[in-house]
Amino acid sequence: MMIEALLVVTVASAVAVMFADEEIAGRLAFGLSLLPLAGSLLMLLGFDGSGNALLGGNIAYETQVDWISLGDITVGYHVGVDGISIALLVLTTVLMSLAILSAWTPIDERQSQFYGLMLFMEASLIGVFTALDFLAWFVAWEFVLVPMYFLIAIWGGPRRKYAAIKFFVYTNVASLVMFIGFIALVFGLGDSITSLGLPEIAQALHAGQLGSLAGIAPETLKAVAFVAMFAGFAVKVPLVPFHTWLPDAHVEAPTPVSVILAGVLLKMGTYAMLRFNFTMLPDQAVAFAIPIAIFAVISVIYGAMLALAQQDLKRIVAYSSISSMGYVLLGLVAYNLYGLGGATFQMVAHGLISGLMFMSVGVIYNVAHTRMVGDLSGIADRMPLTATIFTAAAFGYMGLPLMAGFAGELYIFLGGMQSTVLPGAQLFTAVAMFGIVIVAGYLLLAMQRVLFGPFDADTDHEIVPAAVTDRVSIVVLLLLVILLGTAPDLIYGIIQDAVQPILTIGGGF
Amino acid sequence: MVELPYLTPQYLFAITALALLIVDTIMPRSKRPDLLAGIAALGSTLVALTSAWFLAAGTGAGRTVLAQFDGMLVVDGTSLFFTFIFGSVATLVILASYDYLSESEAIAEYYSLVTLAALGMSLMAASNNLAALFVSLELASLPSYGLVAYLKRNEGSVEAGLKYFLIGALSSAVMVYGISLIYGATGTLHLSGIAQALQSGLAGLDSLLGLGLIMLIGGFLFKTASVPFHFWAPEAYEGAPAPIAAFISSASKAAGFAVAFRVLVQGFPLDLVGEIVPWGWVFVVLAIVTMTLGNFAAATQENVKRMLAYSSIGHAGYVLIGLAALAGPGDLNTQALVLGAAMMHLLVYGFMNTGAFLFVSMAEKWKVGRTFEDYNGLARQAPYASVAMTVFMFSLAGLPVGGGFLSKYVLFAGTVQAGFWWLAGIAAINSALSLYYYSRVVKSLWIEDPSESLDLGPKPTGMYVAVIGAAVVTVALLFAFDPVAETAIAAASLLLEGGI
Repeated sequence: MMIEALLVVTVASAVAVMFADEEIAGRLAFGLSLLPLAGSLLMLLGFDGSGNALLGGNIAYETQVDWISLGDITVGYHVGVDGISIALLVLTTVLMSLAILSAWTPIDERQSQFYGLMLFMEASLIGVFTALDFLAWFVAWEFVLVPMYFLIAIWGGPRRKYAAIKFFVYTNVASLVMFIGFIALVFGLGDSITSLGLPEIAQALHAGQLGSLAGIAPETLKAVAFVAMFAGFAVKVPLVPFHTWLPDAHVEAPTPVSVILAGVLLKMGTYAMLRFNFTMLPDQAVAFAIPIAIFAVISVIYGAMLALAQQDLKRIVAYSSISSMGYVLLGLVAYNLYGLGGATFQMVAHGLISGLMFMSVGVIYNVAHTRMVGDLSGIADRMPLTATIFTAAAFGYMGLPLMAGFAGELYIFLGGMQSTVLPGAQLFTAVAMFGIVIVAGYLLLAMQRVLFGPFDADTDHEIVPAAVTDRVSIVVLLLLVILLGTAPDLIYGIIQDAVQPILTIGGGF
Repeated sequence: MVELPYLTPQYLFAITALALLIVDTIMPRSKRPDLLAGIAALGSTLVALTSAWFLAAGTGAGRTVLAQFDGMLVVDGTSLFFTFIFGSVATLVILASYDYLSESEAIAEYYSLVTLAALGMSLMAASNNLAALFVSLELASLPSYGLVAYLKRNEGSVEAGLKYFLIGALSSAVMVYGISLIYGATGTLHLSGIAQALQSGLAGLDSLLGLGLIMLIGGFLFKTASVPFHFWAPEAYEGAPAPIAAFISSASKAAGFAVAFRVLVQGFPLDLVGEIVPWGWVFVVLAIVTMTLGNFAAATQENVKRMLAYSSIGHAGYVLIGLAALAGPGDLNTQALVLGAAMMHLLVYGFMNTGAFLFVSMAEKWKVGRTFEDYNGLARQAPYASVAMTVFMFSLAGLPVGGGFLSKYVLFAGTVQAGFWWLAGIAAINSALSLYYYSRVVKSLWIEDPSESLDLGPKPTGMYVAVIGAAVVTVALLFAFDPVAETAIAAASLLLEGGI
């Protein structure tokens, strides 16, 4: 009942905040967002699942109710978590509370609508990471777009309307492509399944139940479905060349929304790849290993190069997210314990670190009202705490030891080097590691110019220390990054337990 | 225990229409508007409730029932399912018309024409014989022509009425000629009789029957506003009073599909008539052209009502897939899923599209203008109605804020299962494009700033109730979709088993 409670509380909070007065909306939303946060932490503490939810593992907090009957197939409301989803669930609730707190300063109009939409998004994200029935999951997956569209289009920057519609249509096309690919796979299973439950589908696929559909042979069907799903999720991740919606959306979105966009929404793509492509169709994942690795490495390097060329701090962070998500994909395609576990861990770690980076940039912007590298210089004297945290966050991004990013990237590179299914794995990994150097290059360069040196600010606003709530949110987030970096086993253990079956049951690589 | 007649919903429509006319003649003028609206709304609500009750009680669930006139009219899941749609849409339209007609004279005539047209539509859904079909089709059409031209001092309305009438009369003529050819070839007007005649061979009259069938299909395409007989729709909807545009684009379209489903599936089964007129493949082509044309044209409109008109053509294209997919190799279950999905989509569409047109009629009442720009910032003045419109738009676009998401994706899934994955792909591209133009309305309502100070005046109560009610049902259908899905699939399955 825990997950239902989370969903109900979050939706009820969203509605309550929508109707609240402007003045108290922010505080009310933050207070109410602590409820799902506390709930998800309780779930983590009392977590008794084991194994992978899709592969016959012991699912925690499971509920299953029949929802719609479509002839031979029953659609269910089926939720539950395993080690992978609980980690992302906690990431969602933590980041959402902090993002709401960091919105108090910049959001000054239509506040009740803003916070209400944020909570609606939280509810649908909880749905994405807990649903175990395809249609229920797809409802949550698509619903995320609705609040996100409004959040970008109403509270965004000057080109917000263009950015919002581009994000909207682009990701919707991707979902449709993915849907057709997956549903073809489901119908290829014929009578061997009676529901759209993801565990049932995954297990039927592993049992070799796939038949032909409308004259398409099973092997072709698998390959086509794999490509369709991969392309659909790649837009969400996003991988180069499907990334063009991301810089627009990020740059125009208000900072708290960017935090959620980079911190959680991008992880939906890699989470879905792990659940669908890599869990359900392991043989295709191996067959397509080289092209996927090429996508991953190109995203790492090209994303980093693009970041290097930017002048806007937010754009720098946005492009570097593309680069970081390339690492996650590299971990997935390495297809061993370190690779898959590291990729999942990196989803959480990057969620926190990119959230922290966006928040820091947002804090600077709230004060200076500019984010251009050329407009600011030496603001460390005026905003010492923010500058410290920004520096720490940047080092976290470069993978400094004792920060969460280090653990994630280390696992991924270990996995990449040891991979037996990816031909030329060492080469791919080595090239991808070079991305770290570029990251260090652009982040150090930007920091040096903005934070240090003689003070100069080309802005009409006085540079003063940031608001207390802003500082609290970035301090808390930094502490979490350090916590996860020093004690990765807080979640890495259960993650590993959940990805292990993918390898042993899935293919035994 | 007394059993209600099988055609109770239809009788209720007829009684309501007559009661309206009687009350109009005997009641004093001052008390009429409320009473008339009350009778009309009550009558249509009862129709929707009785048909839902019949469906729940299992009337016609396992077998088709010969209801009247030696089986010219039948009652089964399909006829009740569609009658429920007509009753619901008529209720919404009548509620919204209460405010729309506040300064009008011929109120009773308006309501009784709406109920008579709805009666015709529900008889269309129950017709098991081409003669009964033609009569009920005319009963549905003639009141519609009058209603489109209802604003008789408004040039646009009269022009729209005339266009609709001329094209409608032409299509009726073509259709009845087609029916006569079919009769000539088979010697019967009964659907099951036609199927039997096809089975035993037509003795060289194949091409006569083929020609007749094509003419008949032309009539269906007119009624459902599908390409190539779609061009009347934007004109008629734009000129018609907005509640009537809602009525025609939702209910009349559904009625067209109801007869097309029954006549083609039962009278002209593909395995018998496929050699003469492979109508499955005809509908594959028509579905692609209809949805693509509808969506691309909708994307270029500046007028919200015209956008909705073209989008309704686009949705006709999606529903046509239900017929097109029957050309595939699927078994009965596969075909029942895809045909049932088309029915589900029509039901959800009945609420979301009606709601959208009723919002437009509210905007007309407020006199804010008709283009997207005119809607700028409306949400600040009318937040609840704007939330409802947002639900309609996103649900039409296939986002999970309403039942439109489920019906659309079940339809796509059924299409894939029937072996038409590429057709589903084309539909998916169209669906993504539709998100662009539907979100333009949402953008105007919520995101753009109003150009000058908007003053909307008093809130029209009936319209508010109708719009909010349609939105509540649309959202509720996202969660409580199971009864709709099960009923539609069972009805489609019964339809596919053959007629009596």
